[in-house]
Amino acid sequence: MASNSIKVEGVGKLYQLAHQSTLHTSFREALTSAALAPLRRFRQLRGTDASMEDFWALRDVSFTVEPGEVVGIVGGNGAGKSTLLKILSRITEPTEGRAVLRGRIASLLEVGTGFHPELSGRENIFLNGAILGMKRREIVAKFDAIVAFAEVEKFLDTPVKRYSSGMYVRLAFAVAAHLEPEILIVDEVLAVGDAEFQKRCLGKMKEISEGGARTVLFVSHNMAAVSALCSRALLLSHGSLKADGSPASVIQDYLIPAAVEVGGGADLLVAEGRARGMTPVFKALRILGPSGAQAGALLPGDQVSIELSLALPRPLRAPRVGVGVNNARGDRIFALATYLSPQPVARLAGDTSIQASFRLPPLYPGRYSLDISLSTEEGPFLDEVASAAAFEVLQDGYLGSTQPYFPEMGMVLVPSTWKVCGAAEAA
Amino acid sequence: MPSSPSPAYSETIIQPRTGWIAINWRELWDSRELLAFLVWRDISVRYKQTVLGVAWAVLQPVLTMAVFTVIFGMLAKMPSQGVPYPIFVYAGLLPWTFLSTAVSNASQSLVNQQALLTKIYLPRLFVPASSVGGGIIDFAISFLVFAVLMAWYGFAPGWGILALPGLVLLTFVASLGVGLILAALTVTYRDFRYVIPFMLQVWMYLSPIIYPVTLVPPGWQLVLALNPMVGVIDGFRSALLGVPWNIPALVISTVAALASLLFGLFYFRKTERRFADVA
Repeated sequence: MASNSIKVEGVGKLYQLAHQSTLHTSFREALTSAALAPLRRFRQLRGTDASMEDFWALRDVSFTVEPGEVVGIVGGNGAGKSTLLKILSRITEPTEGRAVLRGRIASLLEVGTGFHPELSGRENIFLNGAILGMKRREIVAKFDAIVAFAEVEKFLDTPVKRYSSGMYVRLAFAVAAHLEPEILIVDEVLAVGDAEFQKRCLGKMKEISEGGARTVLFVSHNMAAVSALCSRALLLSHGSLKADGSPASVIQDYLIPAAVEVGGGADLLVAEGRARGMTPVFKALRILGPSGAQAGALLPGDQVSIELSLALPRPLRAPRVGVGVNNARGDRIFALATYLSPQPVARLAGDTSIQASFRLPPLYPGRYSLDISLSTEEGPFLDEVASAAAFEVLQDGYLGSTQPYFPEMGMVLVPSTWKVCGAAEAA
Repeated sequence: MPSSPSPAYSETIIQPRTGWIAINWRELWDSRELLAFLVWRDISVRYKQTVLGVAWAVLQPVLTMAVFTVIFGMLAKMPSQGVPYPIFVYAGLLPWTFLSTAVSNASQSLVNQQALLTKIYLPRLFVPASSVGGGIIDFAISFLVFAVLMAWYGFAPGWGILALPGLVLLTFVASLGVGLILAALTVTYRDFRYVIPFMLQVWMYLSPIIYPVTLVPPGWQLVLALNPMVGVIDGFRSALLGVPWNIPALVISTVAALASLLFGLFYFRKTERRFADVA
């Protein structure tokens, strides 16, 4: 008997995007076009319009998941994560490929789907449970546990429209958490709710996966949650599967894409990490080591400069240039910004470059990535590039010890001296 | 209760499908409780936060009956097959009100509950079906009102009343059939939001609510009977008020209702797989 829990083979999903209609150069043209608009719109709605552009949200994705695995799916916005979950949840059909899932499937793509605001908490537990695929007697059996988990005992007979958003989310998650499917598909639902509740949800999910041969697919932007919960991770990028392996290595691939070399410099005119819709202003980035030359590997305590070349479409007064430094787990370690310096930059114009100099803190050895941004005090972001470049901090015996220092011990190396002071002696 | 691991897991195969898609009766049966919950939800939210509550289920048909009686019965002197005009028109309003509410709710059901299409998987047929089923309590209440009216006018139902369950079922069939088609169309073409009220108004005048079918030339009666509500309304009057049965019209209407349900089911299934992408 085949034993995979999930087997995905060459799955792809094609969407058709409507193009912005062309500009009309004459009144007559505009009139004809307006008259033909219903026909054009009809074709678009039917999906038979020739001017539509094909867009593969997902292409040729294949993987298998064994029973009991907890698989985290990571990737940037528009990478196809949600599309993949929707296909596996049977919400939308793939355009090509095939997937086989063994066991009862429950998906939680949104917290509280099917809640009715006019109904009470009690009524919604039953309704939502049924929508998620639970039988009436299952809901009855788990009712008390659901109420206790959500901590809404006092408000069971209040319409949920009067609930605070926190209560609403707790109740919705509680119902879903008490499903007992063989396959649980969870989208970024933990982004809502307070930190304490998120912790409990993660705990509950861990319990679900440990409780037996339950398979969990879990999309998250919270890398700490992925590394804590998952036994394996998949990286999606632009609709295709880029990495499949241990959470630590996949998260590193995601946060510091292989395309970003640890070379101490990067051409930013075409950067994968640029925020959507941004016109490039940052042209290039160089990391300069203590000697003033470009360097990809640094030592704790080095005098470092980051040089950014920009091409500004118009002069900018009081610009805010920021550089954020993240470790391989995606945690922001520190940030540098023009406006935080004692001498803020007053003006930037034309083709120019700007340099930030600082002493590298004693960071734990490993790869670090740089996020850069440009804005003004009141204005929106003019350019923003995540993982614009990366550098490596080398191990050099900074602590003066031959013993290893583990990341669990902390992210900063601090040399210390110790002495025995002896027992407090009577004076 | 600990759930015992089932030895043979059910297998779900996900792949592109084309053309007409068969109805998964097994799945519908397995999740019948969900349909019950959805119907119950539609019933229980119908009159939430209203002052008069369920009284609306009584007021709506009674007021319509009063208006129609004054305008068409008293002023226009519309013939009513020897039955007092108020109960004549009420017998027509009874199935019509159910159908028009069911059709307009069902057609908006998918658009109004987009999250059920885009965020979760469930047998989507249940969404419009529950909107149709949600009218059942109102239907029952208007029946009680009708019983009172019959007593008031001294009408005792004859054997014909035995045909009533069949006619009620036929009303359901027609409502569901048309509701499914319009629900599927409305997801893709939002224009139907504006078309449906107008369509229902025309449909009402094509149904013998304010006039008897006998007013129409005999040859045309059978053409008119392609509208399922002709057979239903005429049948209601025969079953409850003892008006002579018009069997050919009833047969044609039954076939039309069944055809609309069949087409509705298949059209819905065919378009269903695009719902999440266009909703």
